[in-house]
Amino acid sequence: MKRIYAIVRKDLIIELRSKEIISTTLLFSLLVLVIFNFTFEPGSQASRELAPGILWVAFSFAGILGLNRSFIYEKDQECLQGILLTPVDRGSLYLGKFFGNIIFLGIVELITLPLFALLFNMEIINVLPSLLLIIFLGTVGFSSVGTLFSAISINTRAREVMLPILLFPISVPVILSSVKATGAILRGSDLSDISSWLKLLAGYDVIFSVLSYLVFEYVIEE
Amino acid sequence: MIKRLYLPGFLFFMVLIIGLYSVFFYAPVERVQGVVQKIFYIHVPSAWVSYLAFFIVFIASIIFLIGSSPQWDTIAYCSAEVGVIFTTMVLITGPFWGKPIWGTWWSWDPRLTTTLILWLIYLTYLTLRAYGGPGSSRYAAVLGVVGFLDVPLVHVSVKWWRSLHPTPVVINPQGPQLERSMFITLIIMLIAFTILYLLILSIRVAISRLEGEINELKTVSE
Amino acid sequence: MGSESDVMWALELKDITKIFGTTPALRNINLRVERKKFLTIFGPNGAGKTTMIKILSTLMKPTSGEAWIMGMSIRKNRDEIRKIIGMLSHNTYLYPNLTPIENLEFYASLYEIGEARQRILEILNRVGLYERRNEPVRNLSFGMCKRLSIVRALISDPQVLLLDEPYTGLDVKATLTLREILQDIMGGEKTVVMTTHDISVGLELCDEIIVLNRGRIIFSGNRSDINPQTFEKDYMELLECGGGG
Repeated sequence: MKRIYAIVRKDLIIELRSKEIISTTLLFSLLVLVIFNFTFEPGSQASRELAPGILWVAFSFAGILGLNRSFIYEKDQECLQGILLTPVDRGSLYLGKFFGNIIFLGIVELITLPLFALLFNMEIINVLPSLLLIIFLGTVGFSSVGTLFSAISINTRAREVMLPILLFPISVPVILSSVKATGAILRGSDLSDISSWLKLLAGYDVIFSVLSYLVFEYVIEE
Repeated sequence: MIKRLYLPGFLFFMVLIIGLYSVFFYAPVERVQGVVQKIFYIHVPSAWVSYLAFFIVFIASIIFLIGSSPQWDTIAYCSAEVGVIFTTMVLITGPFWGKPIWGTWWSWDPRLTTTLILWLIYLTYLTLRAYGGPGSSRYAAVLGVVGFLDVPLVHVSVKWWRSLHPTPVVINPQGPQLERSMFITLIIMLIAFTILYLLILSIRVAISRLEGEINELKTVSE
Repeated sequence: MGSESDVMWALELKDITKIFGTTPALRNINLRVERKKFLTIFGPNGAGKTTMIKILSTLMKPTSGEAWIMGMSIRKNRDEIRKIIGMLSHNTYLYPNLTPIENLEFYASLYEIGEARQRILEILNRVGLYERRNEPVRNLSFGMCKRLSIVRALISDPQVLLLDEPYTGLDVKATLTLREILQDIMGGEKTVVMTTHDISVGLELCDEIIVLNRGRIIFSGNRSDINPQTFEKDYMELLECGGGG
């Protein structure tokens, strides 16, 4: 629908113009990778085992920052109210924010990935398609509930910390599945080996996108 | 109101006494684990109640979101409070049971881990109600719905996660199969705990209503 | 609700009540406003003016009661109502990093107004913002932003205009622009509801007034019944004798 597109486009224009949040989020993501590298010997067995987990930790933490962004812009001058005054239906508003978040997080992840391969000495070129599939499914799942919860947390007093508190327990299935699947792929398994993780991810994505879409209006309206 | 609770209260005590007798004198001492195994008769009923309480939170939240009637919101909130208590019981009895059997306090056993996540979601629910600002009842209701639907997915993902790493335990804490007397004992304790839950919930809801009435009287007199 | 009465009343409120927790903000508000009329709502802070505007603009649902805007129920036809109302409040609803044109085109697309650019440029010219149309809004002065927010409120050519304390904080030029636009509007088809606690500005353009205090309407009447000189005194007396509450 045209309105969803308008919302996504507007958020992208704002983001590209200031580049404020995307640059800080990217930097943060890189910092997470670097700092975690100090917790073990580079090149050791431990580093290879921990690598997928660390990648997704970086993605999740950066993801939290990116998700917060989607509604922070609407807080200034109460622009969200301006949108709510229009006849756009609340589900479409959710989808606009949801897709915008997927794009934003996707960009951060796509830039972080090669840096990860570099720092951890991982061969990712040959497994890139599978890896991208996992990252896509994981990002969709994370953003589906994340968009809903960021709309909640932006209205609470403990704004910055409320989103991670809300999101992390609920996204355990996503993070677990993504880490396990990523680890398997990096160790050389092929897609059929991780099919159960992928199915869980896909199921989570569908269930929680639909649920968040339906429930969003209760969060956003007084 | 208190008078109405005499009968259920009495009933609870009767069932509890029967249950405790059953636990210590009727159900046999488990061959391998010894007396410690009897924690099972508190551990499992607590887990049952914690899931029941969360289910009530789920239903009450849905009804509240659709209709906005404050009494369902009260029920959701009170059930969450009671649920946290019982979940905490599970998380305390688990390690106390585990240490003598497994040798470690915490072994990331799938069911206990899922309970841990459930506990975290409950705590987040209560945090939202405390710090959510206006609209926190709606936000918490959304979390009540999303969280409950998430628990099965958490359970599946954690179970798969742990199935790759055999538990450090050769003994299945429940034994290969429940003997009939143990099963009956378990059922009795389950009934006792359910009655207890309903009792505490009713009292808590009644207190909440009284609080509401006091607040109203305060406002009117201003 | 027969169609005859739909055509007559732009706004109709029946027993509208809003309670926050245990605090009542509005109590049994009953009100009718004819089409093309200008209603000013007076009242001290906390009287419930903003709550009332929020309910009329569908931003908030009442705890009980019903209301109809141009015959459409605020409980059942919210999206339809949103197509025909415009709102101006002390928030500008403008994105600081976007230009005036981008802001307006965004909102126009949400209202599903096609081919809006020409109209947008015309209106920007009329309020004197044409030269700054491609600069980010954060570079504009406060008064310019206010003028732009007026344009934003009118972008969908609404039949009912809701103004929540619109004159607060406006500079001279913006005040004149707003007054000019409102005067223009009064010659047309629009119904206007404005809340304010500034008496002179409130009395200027209105046809009807009501006074809100502590969630209740304590006075309602026509502009012609009011003596502007004594109104200020009467208003203070009205509030003092504790009307409402």
